[in-house]
This record gives sequence, C-alpha cells and structure tokens, in this order.
Amino acid sequence: MSLIENRPLTVPAPNPALAAGLDEPLSVLHPDGSRHANELLDPHLGDVDEHALTDLYVDLSILRRIDAEAFALTRQGELLLWPPAQGQEAAQIGSGRALRDTDFVFGSYREHGLAYLRGVDQGEAMRVWKGVQQSGWDPMEHHLATPQIIIGAQSLHATGYAMGARMDGSDDVAVAYFGDGATSEGDVNEAMVFASAFQAPVIFVCQNNQYAISEPVAVQSGFPLALRPTGFGIPALRVDGNDVLAVLAATRIAVERARSGGGPTFIEAMTYRMGPHTSTDDPKRYRSEDEVASWREKDPIVRLERHLEQTGAPIARIREEAKIRCDAVAKELRAAVTAVSVPDHRTLFSNVYTTPTKRLERQLAEHDAFVASIEAAPGGHGDHA
Amino acid sequence: MTAVETDIQTLQLGKAIGAALHDALEADDKVFLMGEDIGQLGGVFRVTDGLQATFGPQRVIDSPLAESAIIGTAIGMAYRGYRPVVEIQFDGFIYPGFDQIVAQVAKLHYRTKGRVRMPLVIRVPYGGDIGSVEHHSESPESYFAHTAGLRVVTAATPQEAYSTLRAAIASDDPVLFFEPKSRYWSKGEVDRTIVRDLDTATVLVPGRDVTLATYGPVVQTALQAAEAAADEGIEIEVIDLRSISPLDVDTVVASVERTGRLVVAHEAPKEASVSSELVASVVERAFASLQAAPERVTAYDTPYPPSAFEESYLPSVDRILDAVDRALGRRHSRSATGSMAMQGGTR
Ligand SMILES: Cc1ncc(C[n+]2csc(CCOP(=O)(O)OP(=O)(O)O)c2C)c(N)n1
Ligand SMILES: [Mg+2]
Repeated sequence: MSLIENRPLTVPAPNPALAAGLDEPLSVLHPDGSRHANELLDPHLGDVDEHALTDLYVDLSILRRIDAEAFALTRQGELLLWPPAQGQEAAQIGSGRALRDTDFVFGSYREHGLAYLRGVDQGEAMRVWKGVQQSGWDPMEHHLATPQIIIGAQSLHATGYAMGARMDGSDDVAVAYFGDGATSEGDVNEAMVFASAFQAPVIFVCQNNQYAISEPVAVQSGFPLALRPTGFGIPALRVDGNDVLAVLAATRIAVERARSGGGPTFIEAMTYRMGPHTSTDDPKRYRSEDEVASWREKDPIVRLERHLEQTGAPIARIREEAKIRCDAVAKELRAAVTAVSVPDHRTLFSNVYTTPTKRLERQLAEHDAFVASIEAAPGGHGDHA
Repeated sequence: MTAVETDIQTLQLGKAIGAALHDALEADDKVFLMGEDIGQLGGVFRVTDGLQATFGPQRVIDSPLAESAIIGTAIGMAYRGYRPVVEIQFDGFIYPGFDQIVAQVAKLHYRTKGRVRMPLVIRVPYGGDIGSVEHHSESPESYFAHTAGLRVVTAATPQEAYSTLRAAIASDDPVLFFEPKSRYWSKGEVDRTIVRDLDTATVLVPGRDVTLATYGPVVQTALQAAEAAADEGIEIEVIDLRSISPLDVDTVVASVERTGRLVVAHEAPKEASVSSELVASVVERAFASLQAAPERVTAYDTPYPPSAFEESYLPSVDRILDAVDRALGRRHSRSATGSMAMQGGTR
C-alpha cells in the first residue's frame, strides 16, 4: 500500500463556510495590471490613490533591491547565507502596510519586507547573515521580533503577545508570519488553538510560496491551507499574494476584526518563492524552469507597474524615483556589510544571563588565558580573524 | 548504487551513510526512511541522494514539516512491525520531537515489560564548524544520553559511519545516530561487510603519557593533536568513544590505568555533558591511577554563538594541547604545528 497516493483523500475537510477565496484567491489586480471589483476587499481600499500606489511601488522595489543586493553579497563571500524574498514582496509589503507601528510582528527568517517597513537599519540587520550577531535590531524599539528559524515557533509568541494586549485592554494586535510548510508544525496548530480559545487579537499571515525547501505544498496538505484555521474556528482569507492591494485589504480586514475584539484571522497569501530556499539551495533539483516562468508572469511589481501605467500615472518618473531610492539603499547596505569587522571574541560570553555567572566569568578568564598563551608562544599570534 | 559484498570503496562520510541506508533498505523491506526533504532533494546534505529514485516514495518518504509527528508516527510504524529510520534535518530542529523521543521512544520497552520494541533510528546531522546560522551547529547529545532507554552513538570516519548505522538499524533498541556534519565530506575506505557493535569505544592511537577521549567531529582534531604532541615526544592515547550511551567506561579506565592522565574533548558545552559523566566515572573507578586532575576541552557554557566566534568556541588542536600540557604539568609547550593560524583549516 502506498502512503503517498492515499494521503489527500483521507484528510477530512474542515469548515469552508469560514474561509473566503477558496475557489479563486481574492484579488483586485489582474496580472495584466487591470483592476477588477471585489466585494470583500474594495471597501478597504477606498483611500488608495495614485500617491499611495506610488508609495507601494517604491516599497516593493526597494524590498526587491535589498533582497538582490544581499543575495549578491553571499556570492561575494560577504554574507554567509540569505533566504531570498523575491516574488513575495507584495505579500510582505501589502500586509505590513496595513499595520500601525505599535502592532507587534513576529516573523520567520524571510520577512525582510517587514524589517524594511519598520525602519530597521539594513546594515545592522545583515549582521545576522554575516554570522557576527544572532539578531540585527532591537525588537522592542521596532515592535518587530528578530528572525526566528525554528519553523512555526513564532506563531505562539504572537498569540501570547496578543493575549497580553487583550489583558491590558489595549487595541494593539500581533501578527505572526510563517510559511506553508510551517502550517504542519504542532506549534502553529497549537497557536491556533490558543488564539481561538482566548479570542486573541492575532493575525496569522501564511505566505504560501508553494515550497518548504524542496517539498511542494501538496506534501503538507491535499486541500487549501486556508481551510486549516477554519477547523479551529478561525476565519480565513485566501488572497492572491502577488496582488499588493488584495493583501493590503485582507490584512486591514483582519486588523479591524482583531482591534475591535473579533479575535484571530488567518490569511493565506498565495505567492511563489522565485529564488532558491536560501543562497545554498539548488531549486533545479525539485522544480522546473517552466513552473518558475509561469509565476514570473504574475510578478507583483510588474503587476503594480502596469496598473499605475493604466491609471495614467507618470510611470517613467515613478520608476526613476524608485530607482534613485533603490540605488541609495543598496549602496548603503553594501557599504555597511563590507565594513563589518570581526567582533571581539570575548563578547561570545555576554548576555547568556542578565547578570554574568561565576561559572561564565571563570570560563571567560580561561579563554583570555588561553589566548594570551597563544600570543606568547613562539610563532603564535593573537589574530583571531 | 549496488552493494557488492566484498567491495572496499573510498567514500565520503556522508556517502558512506547513504550506502548504509541503501544496503539496509535492500536487506530488509521493513526498513523505511522518513524526513524533511530526504526524497526528491536527497536531503539538504545529499546523504539520501538517489534513494527515493531506487526504492520509491513509499520507502523514502518526504514527510510534512513536523518533527514531533516524524518521531511519533515512527513509533506507530514500529508498533506495526516496521523499522523506521528517520532524519532530523539539523541538530537544532530535534526539540519539537523531544517529547516523543524521551517520553515515548525511550520508555516503551520498559513500560510494556519488553512486549513492544522500538527499533527506531533517529539520524541527526550535528555539530558546528560549518559557518551556519543559529540552530544549525548544536551538539544536543547529552540530553539523550541522560534519558534511559535510548542508545546514543556517533561516528568519526566513513567506515565507522557505515558500520555503526548498519548496527543501529539492526538493533531492536532505539538509537540516536549523531552524524558529524562537518566531516560529511571527509574520505576514507569503507568495507560494506563490516557491522560493528553499539557498545564499545576504540583506541585509535596507543600512547603511554595521556589518555585523550573524544567522539564525533573532534576525533580528527584529537588525532592532529596527538601527532603534534608526538613531535615533542609526548604520546597521547586517542580513544574514540563512539557510543555516548552506554558509555564504554572500561576502555577509558584501562587506558587511564596505564597513562595516569585523562583529557576529554567534545563540541558540546561543558555543563552536564558527556565529559561530566566520563570524568566522574573514571574518578570513581580509577582514582588511584590518576596522577593529575582530569582536563576537559569543550565548548563554553553559552548558546552556540554566531559563526564568527566558532574558532574560539569549539575545541581546537591548540586547546587540546593546552589541556594535555596541564595534565602533564607542563607549561607553554605548544608545537608550531598547533598554532592558531591553522585552526580554521584543521579543526
Ligand atoms: C523545527 C524546524 N524544522 C526544520 C527546519 C529546517 N527548515 C528550514 S526552512 C524549512 C522550510 C520552511 O518552509 P515554509 O514554512 O514553507 O517557509 P519558507 O521557507 O518557504 O518561507 C525547513 C524544513 C527548521 N528551520 N525548523
Ligand atoms: Mg514555503
């Protein structure tokens, strides 16, 4: 008997009544840039004028450029690793732009767009990917947790934060970002149990980029991921994740619900990881060039550019403006990354506890003595680099 | 890939593991593999490369992304008579499966008075020195060594990797097989007819001055240290512990009775570690033979640091030689071969 062939058929279907966009992901922009009506989303896009569209376009472009620059820096040996966000810009910017600064975001490792939106210093953020720090900004300052690698764990943190906000009587919300693969982890499912049980003001943004490293989403589930939360009593919106306006509107719906005491919402943003899983992955081993090309047609930035053009916006000028901003960000990022110096190795003992323990002070002293003995040894030197 | 009974091949350690999995799948149709990205991709380290093509997706299963479920369902498969060999993609990702391992896998045989066997193998690429990000370089072996009912083994060479994994799959006890990922690309001869036991340490280099016990990725570092010390006329007896639980204390005690000095090295942090257990056991049993306090060369008691700090954090040839010097009551005898400059390339 084959486990594989039977899998999708044996899974009971959760409650579709709680999910929107199951047949066709919710959208307002066609890949050709034309706008179409959507009953659910349109009421939440009333303020989106040419100026707002231009801002979104610049955001998407800058995120793509940060991503491309960081990826290039891995190839030049300046960064160890980079998990690219290319193709997922609209999912990140659209959702991020629906939040206010005091809403707390808990991401995975791929949400470079959220770091950009929260004004994180990009050079500082890159230190993680350079292997010199475990985090690249102050989470409390930016209301943004730093990259979290254990798949799905942050969904619980967001839920707990939201429970706390609710206890405080605040209307802050929390947002968890995770991938399609993450929806299989116990943590994500338990987060949904708690979010539902405590009606926590939390939004689960699942970027379904079709892959968990090499595994296509069908390995995780034979039915739309947006049906999973409905089994926990959590409403879901399945949106075209490459349509920045659709993601913006869907997230606004979720945020309004959470702020007004309506509890959690799950958003499945249907998108595609155009690049490799990380800079060390080889996607040719598990997906075809044709498949990638078909998604290139649905590119989120091209789509918005076409839309701007069709609405009569001065697209040449907008493009130029975006380019100038992108170039500046890229230049700054590159300079910051190449300027990172090797940290003092003594700092590896810092921050294990809020106050140093005797045991660690002793180990630091042993480390110092060892380094000193190496420096004193004939032919030895103290160059840790 | 076909197994030829008497073939001796030169293989990388990672490939030797792949060969062991291949041969086990071929030998017993109750054996199957399950894990994240192990099928089509062949695993993130390509250890299972080609196995799904050879044995099909029923026996080399790409699982959904859930470690607790990987272990927990393997338990159910074992109840049903299968011999699951599951992969945890990296050391730092084993913790979602920790409960199933320590509360279920480890205890089922005991709980059921021997009526239920758990012939599971849990493969874990482990250890650092690969320049990676958080959670990709850890050495969590002592959590499992602390849990009765689990066997915990490592391997330092392609031959050991092949032979140990075959023995682990053949064992009716659950086995955690910790693969030294920084050594995946190291080459050595592999005789595919050799299957070893899961209980014993092995003396790799005899020596009369100091006993140096280690395992996994640090074995290579220890051998280099022994070579450097030999240049100065110091004989280090290098022991590859191989099995972390049960620990072969007899072999180490016998060595210490000859040398009178003990150094233990591993990549895991020091506190409540394999070296804690080994040193305590040797002190209990061979106190009178010890001519100096046992020394330990381990990671520091901090979380695994960013990779820029790895060379300070992990045991190196120099740190081992330093400990050997202390055990011998010598000062500053470091050889030129063991200089800091070469650590990055030799660890
Ligand atoms: C608990 C855990 N298991 C395994 C991994 C290894 N791993 C890193 S990313 C990844 C795939 C994640 O896929 P998905 O959730 O879809 O997010 P994406 O990478 O596509 O953004 C895996 C298996 C991990 N980081 N954490
Ligand atoms: Mg994914």
